[in-house]
Amino acid sequence: MPIVFADTLSPSWDLVADIQILLHFHFMQNAYLAGTLVAITAGIMGYFMVLRSQSFAGHSLANVGFAGATGAVLFGIPSVVGLFIAGLCAAAGMQALNLANRQGRQSDIAVGAVFSASLALGFLFIHLATAEYAANVYNILFGNVLGITDPDVSSIVWSTLVLLVILLVIARPLCFASLDPDVAAAQGVPVRGLAFGYLALLALVVAIAVQVVGVLLIFALLVTPAAIAYYLTTRPSVAVALAVVLALSFTWLGLAVGYFTPYPVSFFITTFAFGTYVLVRSGRFVLDRVVQRPARMPLGSKGGDV
Amino acid sequence: MNMEIAGVLPPFTLNLWQDILSILHYDFMRQAMLAGTILSLVTGLVGYFVVLRHQAFAGESLSDVAFTGALGGAAFGINPLGSLLVSTIAVGVIMGGFGERLRGRDVAIGTVLAWVLGLGVLFLSLFTTQASGTGTGFSGVTVLFGNILGISSNQVQIIAGISGLAILLLFLIARPLLFASLDPDVAAAQGVPVRLLGVGFMVLLAITVSEATLAVGALLVFALLLLPAAIAHQVSSRPGTSLTLAAGLAVAMTWLGIAIGFYTGYPSSVCISLLAFVSYVVVVGGSQVRPKRG
Repeated sequence: MPIVFADTLSPSWDLVADIQILLHFHFMQNAYLAGTLVAITAGIMGYFMVLRSQSFAGHSLANVGFAGATGAVLFGIPSVVGLFIAGLCAAAGMQALNLANRQGRQSDIAVGAVFSASLALGFLFIHLATAEYAANVYNILFGNVLGITDPDVSSIVWSTLVLLVILLVIARPLCFASLDPDVAAAQGVPVRGLAFGYLALLALVVAIAVQVVGVLLIFALLVTPAAIAYYLTTRPSVAVALAVVLALSFTWLGLAVGYFTPYPVSFFITTFAFGTYVLVRSGRFVLDRVVQRPARMPLGSKGGDV
Repeated sequence: MNMEIAGVLPPFTLNLWQDILSILHYDFMRQAMLAGTILSLVTGLVGYFVVLRHQAFAGESLSDVAFTGALGGAAFGINPLGSLLVSTIAVGVIMGGFGERLRGRDVAIGTVLAWVLGLGVLFLSLFTTQASGTGTGFSGVTVLFGNILGISSNQVQIIAGISGLAILLLFLIARPLLFASLDPDVAAAQGVPVRLLGVGFMVLLAITVSEATLAVGALLVFALLLLPAAIAHQVSSRPGTSLTLAAGLAVAMTWLGIAIGFYTGYPSSVCISLLAFVSYVVVVGGSQVRPKRG
C-alpha cells in the first residue's frame, strides 16, 4: 500500500511539511496513535521482562497469539477474545510446568514446551479452517500497522489505560520480586502470585498489540528498547522512562521511513532498535576498556549469577 | 495432500503387523519414516545438551533464523540450503559468544532474534514483489510447519549426510561438553576450553536446526529438540541414560506421530509435537504426584 503514495509524495528537508504529509491520511494518524500507545505499554512491560530474564516467555506469548487468532476464526469468536484466552492458558501452563519441575530454574524448558504445543495447535487450526485462510497467516505473524481501523484504536486506548493502572499498583512489589525473589519472599511479597500476574498481564498486552502490529513487532518493541535502557542505567524509574522514550522514537521513526520507502515498516523499526542496541553495547565495551572503573559496571555485565 | 490420500488408504486394523506393512507400502511413507528417524536421532541427542545448558531459546531462535535465511536465499536467488546454513552458523557463533551466563544471554538472544525477524519481513516483501504469485504465501507456511510426507529421496540423502556429521562431531566433544555444561566454573579451572566448547556447540546446533527446518519445518524441529530431552532429563539424572532415552523417545514419538497422522489425516508434525507435549506434561505431572524428595 505505501508504494502507491511514495511516488506522489517524496520527503523534503522541510521537516514540518514532511510531518504534515505523514499525518495527512487517516490511516497514518491511526497508525501513529496505535503505535504510540503500544510503544508506551511495551516499553514499561519490556523493562520488567528484561529484568526478570523472561524474553523467551515474551516471545512465546507473542507466538501463542498465532494459535489464538487462528482458533478464534475456527470457532467463530472475536479474535481479541481468542487471543486473550490463548495467552492466559499459555501463561498458566508456563507457570504450572515451571513450578512442577523444580530442579533449579528450568523456566526455558517449560516455556519451550508450551511454545511448541501452541504452534502445533495453531497449525492444526489452520489445517481445519478453510484453505484460503492460510494466506492470512502472514497478517497475524507480521501484522499490518497501516491498516488499523477506528474501533481498533479505541479498544487499544481503553486497554492501555487499564494496563497502566494495574502496572502502577503492582510496579513496586513486582520490581522487588524481580530483582531479588528470595528476599522479597522472605519479606512477605507474594512472589509466585506476582510471577503469574506478570505473565497474565504480558499475555494481555500481547493479545491487544498482536492484532495491530503483529507477533514480530510487539516482541521487538518489548525486548530491544528495554535491553538498551537496562544497559544504560541501573535505576528502575529512569530505565522505564528511557525504555518508553526509545520505544516511542523507534516507532515514530520507523513509521515515517516506512511511509516514504516501499519497504515494510516493521523492518525499519526493528533495524533502528537493533542498530541502537549494537551502538550502545559497543560503546559500553569501549568505555569499559578505556576507563578502568569496575565500580561503574552495569547490573547485567557483572551481577549475572543466575 | 493428506486428506486426499486418506480417502483411499487402508483403514486401521487391530492387526498391528498388517498396519505397519500397509504404512510402509507407500514410497513417500518410507522416505518420511527414514528421514524422521534420522532427524529424531540427531535432535534427541543434541536436544539433551540444549536442555542441560538451558539453551531452548537459542534453539528456537535458530529455527527462526533459518526461516529468514531461506527467505533471503529465495529473495536473492541463492541456493536456500547454502544461505540457510551460512546465516544460522553466523548467528549461532554470535549467540555462543554471549557466554555461559543465563541472565544477559536471554536478553541478547531476544534482541538479535527481533532484528532477524524484521529482516525476514524485508526479504519476504522483496520476494513477493519479485515473484508475484499465490505460491509464495504457501511456501512460507511450509518453512514454518513443514511437510515430512513430502520429502524427496534427494533430501533424505542430504539429511543423512549432515546428521551423520553432526552426531559424529557431538560424540567427539561429548565428554568435555558435558563437563562444561554441568559445571562451567570447575571445568574452566580444570583447563577445559569452556568458551570454545560453547561456540562449537552452538555451531553444531545451528547445523542441526537448519537442515532439519528445511526438511520438516520449524515446529517439528523445536518439538523434537526440546520435549524428548526434557522428559529424559526429568526422569533420569545420569547423562548416558538420559542421552539414550532422549534419542529413543524422539524416534518413538516420530514413528507413532507419523502413523497417527497417516490414519487420521491430520498433519504429521502436529501429531508428533502434540504427542510429545502430552507425554511431557504427563511425566512432569507424574513426578509431582510421587512423594517429594525434599
